[in-house]
Amino acid sequence: MSPRLAVIGIGQGKQARKREVTIGGLVREAVTAAMADAELEFRDLDAVVLAKTPDLFDGVMNPELYLADAMGARRLPVTRVFTGGSVGGHAAIYGAHLVQAGIARRVLVVGYSKESEGNFTWALSRGLPFSAQLGAGAGAHFAPVIREYIRRSGAPEHIGWQVAVNHRLNATRNPYAHIQRPDITIEEVRDSRMLWDPIRYLESCPSSDGSCAVVIAGEQDAARTSRPPAWIHGMAWRTETGHFAGRDEVDPQAGRQCAAEAYRQAGIDDPARQIDTAELYIPYSWYEPIWLENTGLAAPNAGWKLVDDGTTAFGGALPVNPSGGVLSGNPTGATGLLRFAEAALQVRGLAGEHQVGGARRAVGHAMGGASQFHALWVVGSDRPGTR
Amino acid sequence: MRDVAVVAFAQSPCLAANRRDDMAEILLPVVREALGAAGIGRDEIDFYASGSHDFYEGRTFAYIESLDAVGAWPPISESHVEMDAAWAFYEAWAWLQLNEGDIALVYGAGRGSLAADLDQVLPAQLDPYFLTPLRPHRDAIAALQACALISAGLTSERQLAEVVSRSLTAATANPMAQKAGTFAVQDLLAAPYVAAPLRGHDIAPTGDAAAVLVLAAGAAARRLAARPAWVRGIDHRMDTHYPGMRDLTEAGTARLAGERAAAMAGFAPWDVEVAELHTEYSYAEPLLADALGLSGVTVNPSGGPLAGAPATATGLLRIGEAARQLLQGGARRALAHATSGPALQQNLVCLLEADR
Repeated sequence: MSPRLAVIGIGQGKQARKREVTIGGLVREAVTAAMADAELEFRDLDAVVLAKTPDLFDGVMNPELYLADAMGARRLPVTRVFTGGSVGGHAAIYGAHLVQAGIARRVLVVGYSKESEGNFTWALSRGLPFSAQLGAGAGAHFAPVIREYIRRSGAPEHIGWQVAVNHRLNATRNPYAHIQRPDITIEEVRDSRMLWDPIRYLESCPSSDGSCAVVIAGEQDAARTSRPPAWIHGMAWRTETGHFAGRDEVDPQAGRQCAAEAYRQAGIDDPARQIDTAELYIPYSWYEPIWLENTGLAAPNAGWKLVDDGTTAFGGALPVNPSGGVLSGNPTGATGLLRFAEAALQVRGLAGEHQVGGARRAVGHAMGGASQFHALWVVGSDRPGTR
Repeated sequence: MRDVAVVAFAQSPCLAANRRDDMAEILLPVVREALGAAGIGRDEIDFYASGSHDFYEGRTFAYIESLDAVGAWPPISESHVEMDAAWAFYEAWAWLQLNEGDIALVYGAGRGSLAADLDQVLPAQLDPYFLTPLRPHRDAIAALQACALISAGLTSERQLAEVVSRSLTAATANPMAQKAGTFAVQDLLAAPYVAAPLRGHDIAPTGDAAAVLVLAAGAAARRLAARPAWVRGIDHRMDTHYPGMRDLTEAGTARLAGERAAAMAGFAPWDVEVAELHTEYSYAEPLLADALGLSGVTVNPSGGPLAGAPATATGLLRIGEAARQLLQGGARRALAHATSGPALQQNLVCLLEADR
């Protein structure tokens, strides 16, 4: 990448069921925080990119129109991106592209969902021709993929329970996380209700209201703010068709290529050793080993061993989702952007109680659809090319 | 900015309702035609961008189906806007500015016919707390804007009928048009109101169609087209959402987008020979012509949206039609406009130019 890019402002709101605030108010909370962090006013912005999962989730069509005022976007170019759950990652990368291309100097990227005003299991249980109407939601799609991962890798069943415990304990150090269960145990996860075999209730993401905003700018602005920026070392997105004979949804090619391209840009050849922490899109516990392997942070079929030996727990060598991740809060339209933003907070040293000591390079990852949309960025404390 | 041009454009016929094809089936022949016109295969495309909206389809993730038509295997670099595909065109243009690839494919699939009642769907575009509960029908806010323009003496019902008459006559030369014919202004004015002062023909007929454009940069553009339609300037701008906070007699963000695009292009909107405007309603033509200063410019020679408006493909079709004027000879400079939201809340302006 030619010009150097950085995240100079990050804001988010507490993830929860928030009936007391409007969608506009929810979005404004994150936007205001990000702008304050970046030490900018709305007049300093050149463009806004909005991330949002399907509009059928909360019933507002083209929300970029209604939210124009809440996002401070009057008289600005506004684009609303949608690529499934990866949308927050895609939006961040599109925002970065606008700066990289010299079209904009500073871009505000916003993501949100207000799931409490809708029902996403209903919205995802869409009627398709020649298919039974199961009303089964997203978990029903991912459960067979998880079973195939377990078959291939020979992972013991407690791995999923352990991930669920790790992420919920991480969430106790993140005041923005929705789920707060400081006393959670392996036994509790194991004994929780089976939803979609092998996914149990406590191994599943919640449905949350929440928002996230980041400001992306070039080197000139990164040097201006009082808090350190997160430099973007590499970023990529890849898409593949969701359903065809022979497709490997456990280890999708698009995810592999996406990570490889971002690492190439970042000059990373051994991600497992060179990345200090990762925020991965893990809506069901077993996706921790699945995405560790797919993004090259673990060897094929060996991701579960990093869970088993504590490597990915807080305090381990490669903490995964120190924020608590998707399992602890899932405002879907913001979820991908939160992964990207949390990675940036880590390398800025601004993650508070869930700060990973010495984190200098981090991965933010998002995926969507039938594991067919992938977005990933590598952010670092050091200015690219100076290390 | 890097020189980027439209090198091919194809579309499917605008139909009031296409009940034979699903989204991928509507797109596939159009993708093939556009690639054929550019003389390239799918494997030569570096980036894909598309636009559509789930609310027209009545289900989530509707656009995933379209990936079957572009063949996202092996994996591709791809993005999607849940908007009119004109904004996907902008994203593809921006992507080509990165210099990481030379060729991009932009597509829009718009299916306005699927909803049983768009009056139930389109109010969902409004503020969900203060405006949607009022349940304005789909043309209500437009009618307020038309009223405001007529009250201010900026247009008249007769002028609107003239716009419709001219557009539908022009559409008789467009084999893809959904609606065309010769209509006397007097006869149009005798039609009943749908939402006063708007009559049925003042409203763009919703329908189904797909549009596909191939964009290429620099030398690749010259290789793929004899007369590339160079994107000299492009910009888009958002206004406040609330119609009550705006002067509805002005298309302020269309004017602003035009000024920004002109600064980039080095020529003004009024320096073009042809303009394709995203007129969801007849009154948008005088409003936009004033905002962009289009005097002496031929507007909507294709017939424009009043002759066929396939939902989220309508704005992209304007860019395609404007580019066609350059690709196939004729004009040297053209303007394309796209809009989104109630009463032209959001506007995009693209200025195209052919080599001398």
